[in-house]
Amino acid sequence: MAVTYFTEDHEWLRVEDGIATVGITDHAQDQLGDLVFVQLPQVGQSLAKGDAVVVVESVKAASDVYAPVDGEVTEVNEAVVSDPALVNSSATADGWLWKMKLSDSNQLTGLLDEAGYKAIIG
Amino acid sequence: MGDLTNPGSEELKSLPLADLHEAANARFGGFAGWSMPITYPLGVMKEHLHAREKAGLFDISHMQLFDVAGAGAAALLLRTCPLNADLMHIGQSKYTFFLNEQAGIIDDLIVTRLGKDRFMIVANAGNAAIDEAHLRNVAKDFDVSIDALDRVFLAIQGQQAADVLRKTGAPGTDLSFMHGFEPKPGWFMSRSGYTGEDGFEIGLPEADARELVASLLADDRVTFVGLAARDSLRLEAGLCLHGQDITPEIDPVDAGLTWAITKPVREQGGFIGAKALLAKIAAGPRQKRVGLKPDGRQPVRPGAVLVDINGNSVGVVTSGGFGPSVGFPVAMGYVGKAFAPIGSQLFADIRGNRIALHVHALPFIPHRYHKG
Repeated sequence: MAVTYFTEDHEWLRVEDGIATVGITDHAQDQLGDLVFVQLPQVGQSLAKGDAVVVVESVKAASDVYAPVDGEVTEVNEAVVSDPALVNSSATADGWLWKMKLSDSNQLTGLLDEAGYKAIIG
Repeated sequence: MGDLTNPGSEELKSLPLADLHEAANARFGGFAGWSMPITYPLGVMKEHLHAREKAGLFDISHMQLFDVAGAGAAALLLRTCPLNADLMHIGQSKYTFFLNEQAGIIDDLIVTRLGKDRFMIVANAGNAAIDEAHLRNVAKDFDVSIDALDRVFLAIQGQQAADVLRKTGAPGTDLSFMHGFEPKPGWFMSRSGYTGEDGFEIGLPEADARELVASLLADDRVTFVGLAARDSLRLEAGLCLHGQDITPEIDPVDAGLTWAITKPVREQGGFIGAKALLAKIAAGPRQKRVGLKPDGRQPVRPGAVLVDINGNSVGVVTSGGFGPSVGFPVAMGYVGKAFAPIGSQLFADIRGNRIALHVHALPFIPHRYHKG
C-alpha cells in the first residue's frame, strides 16, 4: 500500500514497493503561480538527499526542487515538460515530477505526514 | 523547494484601496516600500492576457504625482529634464527623465502640461523620496511650488479600456495617446500606460476612486490585474523598469532612450546632465539595451551574466520572465555593441547551465496605442 510523505521544503513523495513518486505540494504550486518551465533529472541519475534535482520556473521566479531522500531516478514525467501548467492543475497527481528507487528506506522516518505538513503551512 | 514566503519584513505602506484588493483575494507582496497586490486568484497568466484583450484594472497608487505650479514651472522642468517643457502644448504628455550630472537616470517620468504655468509629473514609487528631494532642491532657484499629491492612482489598460471607461460615464475617453487633463476637481487623467496597450491612468480622490472601481468591476470585461502581470506586460512591450533596466548608473544613450530627447533640447542644453549627455551622444553608446529571446522554454532572470560562445562576458540580463501573450520567455539586457544586432547568439549563465538565446527586436509585441 502506498504511503505519502511530505517535506518541509514543500515536496510530497508517495512510496510503494521501494519506489517513490515525487512532486511539489498543492500549496507550493499555489504560492509559485503559473509554471512555465520544468527541468527534470535524467533517468538513472543518482540523487542524494538535499540535491537540487529539478528547476521549476513560474512567470516571475525560479525555484529548485530538492531530492527528499537518496536514490536513483527510474522515471520522469515528460508530460510536465511539455505542459508545465499540469503541475498547477494537478500538483499531487498528474503533475508528479520523477520516480526514484530508494537506497535507504530508513530516511522516510524523518519525513512529515500530511497532518505534520499542514501544521507547517498553517 | 526553498522558502516560499515573501522576503522582507520592513514596514510596508498600505494602499488606500487595500480593502478592495483583500476582498478580491489578492496575494500581497512588498514593492518599493508598499504592500501591493501581486496576483489575484485569476493568476498572472490569465491576468496578463485579459489586460491585453479586454481591460485590466491596476491600482498604481504607490506611484507619486507631483503638481508643479508657478511662473517658473516650465523653467524648472527645462532645468531638471531634457525636455522642451516651454514648447509643450497644454494637454500634451511626454516621457522624460531626471538626470544626474553624469547623465545617469535618477528616474523616468511622464510630464503633462496642464496650463501655461502648471505641470503634472508622474514618478516611480521607489524613487518618490529621491525625486521629491531633487525637485525641491533645484526648485529653490525658481518661482514655483511643488505639491506631492496624495491620491488614488488607477490604470485601466487593454483593447476595451476606452469602451468600458466610457460606459461608466467617466470623462476623458476622447483623449489621444500621451495627452492628459484634469476633468474634475482633484482628478488627473492621461491616455497612457505601462502595458503597450491603449489605456488610461487616473489620479483621483479616494471616494471617487471607490465609485469608479465599483462601476468598472461591474463590467465583466474588467478584472483587477496585479503587479506580476504588470511586469510581464511591460516587458513584452519593451518598456524599462527603473531600478532594473535603467538606473542612476545608466544614461539614456546606452539605454536607447535618446528618442525622448529632441534635437532642439540637445542643442539648447541647460538641463542637469547636459554636458555629460551630449558627450555620450557624440561618443555613441558603450553598450546597448536589447531584447533577448531564450531559444528554449526556460526563462532567464535579472542579473544573469551573458557570455559569447567562448564564454567571454559580454553583457547582463536586467529583466526577464515569461511572456504570456507571445508564449515564450522574454528578457531585456545590456550587451556590448558587437552583440547588439538582432539575431546575435548569446548564452546566459544560469547556475552553471548555459541557456542559448538570441537578440530579439523590442517590443516583443507591437504597441497598440490610440494615436487618435
